[in-house]
Amino acid sequence: MADVAFQQGAVSGAARTAKRSSLRRALKRKSSAAFLMTLPLILLIGVLVIYPALYSLHLATLNKSMAKFVGFGNFEFLFKRETFWLVVKQSCIFAISAVIFKALIGFIVAHFVHNVPANKQRKWRGMLLVPWVIPPAMSTLAWLWLFDPSYSAFNYTLSFFGIGPIPWTGDAMWARFSVILVNVWYGAPFFMIMYLAALKSVPEQLYEAAAIDGANWWQRIWYVTLPMMRNIIAITTLFSLIVTFANFDIVRILTAGGPLDHTHIFATWAFRVGIEGSDIPLGASVSLFMVPILAVAAIFILRDVSKRGNEA
Amino acid sequence: MADVTLRKVVKRYDDVEAVRGIDLDIADHEFVVLVGPSGCGKSTTLRMIAGLEDISDGDIMIGGDVVNDVPPKDRDIAMVFQNYALYPHMTVAENMSFGLRLKHYPKAEIKARVTEAARMLDITDLIDRKPKQLSGGQRQRVAMGRAIVRNPKVFLFDEPLSNLDAKLRVQMRIEIKKVHQKVRTTTVYVTHDQVEAMTLADRVVVMNHGRIEQIGTPHELYHNPATRFVASFIGSPAMNFVPCRIEDVGGKLHARLTDRLAFPLPPSRATRYQAVPRTDKLLLGIRPEHVAEASPHAEPGIEPFDAMLDVTEPMGMETLVYFTLEGTQICGRVNPNAGAQDGGPLRMAVDLNNMHLLNEVTGAVL
Repeated sequence: MADVAFQQGAVSGAARTAKRSSLRRALKRKSSAAFLMTLPLILLIGVLVIYPALYSLHLATLNKSMAKFVGFGNFEFLFKRETFWLVVKQSCIFAISAVIFKALIGFIVAHFVHNVPANKQRKWRGMLLVPWVIPPAMSTLAWLWLFDPSYSAFNYTLSFFGIGPIPWTGDAMWARFSVILVNVWYGAPFFMIMYLAALKSVPEQLYEAAAIDGANWWQRIWYVTLPMMRNIIAITTLFSLIVTFANFDIVRILTAGGPLDHTHIFATWAFRVGIEGSDIPLGASVSLFMVPILAVAAIFILRDVSKRGNEA
Repeated sequence: MADVTLRKVVKRYDDVEAVRGIDLDIADHEFVVLVGPSGCGKSTTLRMIAGLEDISDGDIMIGGDVVNDVPPKDRDIAMVFQNYALYPHMTVAENMSFGLRLKHYPKAEIKARVTEAARMLDITDLIDRKPKQLSGGQRQRVAMGRAIVRNPKVFLFDEPLSNLDAKLRVQMRIEIKKVHQKVRTTTVYVTHDQVEAMTLADRVVVMNHGRIEQIGTPHELYHNPATRFVASFIGSPAMNFVPCRIEDVGGKLHARLTDRLAFPLPPSRATRYQAVPRTDKLLLGIRPEHVAEASPHAEPGIEPFDAMLDVTEPMGMETLVYFTLEGTQICGRVNPNAGAQDGGPLRMAVDLNNMHLLNEVTGAVL
């Protein structure tokens, strides 16, 4: 192709040759072709992600009526408010404890499914994924019903044992427990499916070698399974941490941040002050506060992944 | 160090019998190779000795103790796998010392043993590398090192050289033999490669369809195979089998191959085959090296005949020739200077002092 282009150009003049062949050459380079092909997606990301992100940065620097530039004024205001620090604390408790339990339960259930005979595995996998595929807004409504203080299935069942009634969403501690419980219920299947895939990729002979080397069941998990799954665990945890930090629907539907703001997390509180409180710039500032926290976590986790990436 | 005994060991998977009642006595310090085609049950047998597979029936004893229900970790064995099975997140030293660390050996002793094994296998320089940074041969050495440092009662090798290229395989074969000469640990080695089996083993166990066909030294198996399977499996190129009958011509026993071709049997063979029914369908088994070019002077038991060669394969120190006898292809080994040519005639001779006579129906060597 290049030869043909060159010959054609040679006939119609040296100047045009240079121009046309350099354009063709640019198009022929793998990198430019790849860039052109990904351009639509890059534009889409630009419109849907980068523009809103930059716009929220801009919004966060305006006053309540969005007429005056106030710089870091909104952040200064937030730092002085007790509710803000409560939200920071609650977001961390919510995200970290939910992710830990999701990872633990996902790991245990993945082992359980991994040991189910192959012909029954599909069925189990499908059933266990159900919480994750139901839209959380819908399933949370069902949970809301289960948590109802006077008529719920939970309190009714517990009353047989002389326990309760438990104020599932009415008391601060119980409400925190409830939102975390629902989030774990919703997110654990994702960990399960990721860990199951990772488990299946560990060569059986490593376990056999470890068994012969004298490792018991627990040592095989500690010395073979976990190291082999490290990268998947890190990436899944990071991903889940981001999603859980930014969670909105479960808390919004279950408690709407109550009682007395004691279950608010960044996204729900941003909604409360920004949309419901009609202070969009302040809401934007609240939601922007998630960025540095997640960025630090992402850097730490991903640095470890790339360090080990070429090991296995 | 210990002896290993298998008594009527059976392995059933649902409705398939993979191993059908194996009896095997392996002496202390002995190097035994299980050899056979894919699916003959040799790997399953090894894995049952290791404890990685339950046995369906029978007994396995290591050092006199029945270990049927003893888990692998308590059998005091070490195993080398086909794909090495090194822990990818551990260095060479960590891989080798893993078993000792689990057993809480003192640090100094672990270090001493790892250093000694690394020196023996010539991998001292690689001790801090991860498996990914090693070549196939180096990984296999580490896998052997991991077995050696444990100083177990029995070494088990499961096709350890199958993943290596041909040249490295020969080199590692010698390496394994050297290691065994040094440590003298009882070894059970599984392979489908008969050359590996012949070169490494004190005794070879030939398996087929879940049963033992024959147990013997490499020499015994090669020169006195018990069945057609062993005769054809051991040796490369494989033994030739030509349909034949025994008949009496003028008071002497002859093996008749075709209407025109019959060889008188040498006296030693004639007495051995005297009782064979003359009507039985038989096979004359003869190794390629006993089908050579005819020499000018006659020797007892070496019978000349004319052959029309189909193909010749010059190997350098010898030339393999292929010709057809009544529809059966025969391979012979001739001197490179014998004048063998593709499609050309050659005066050949068969050494009947080294012939085998087999029953075509039962496959038994008579």
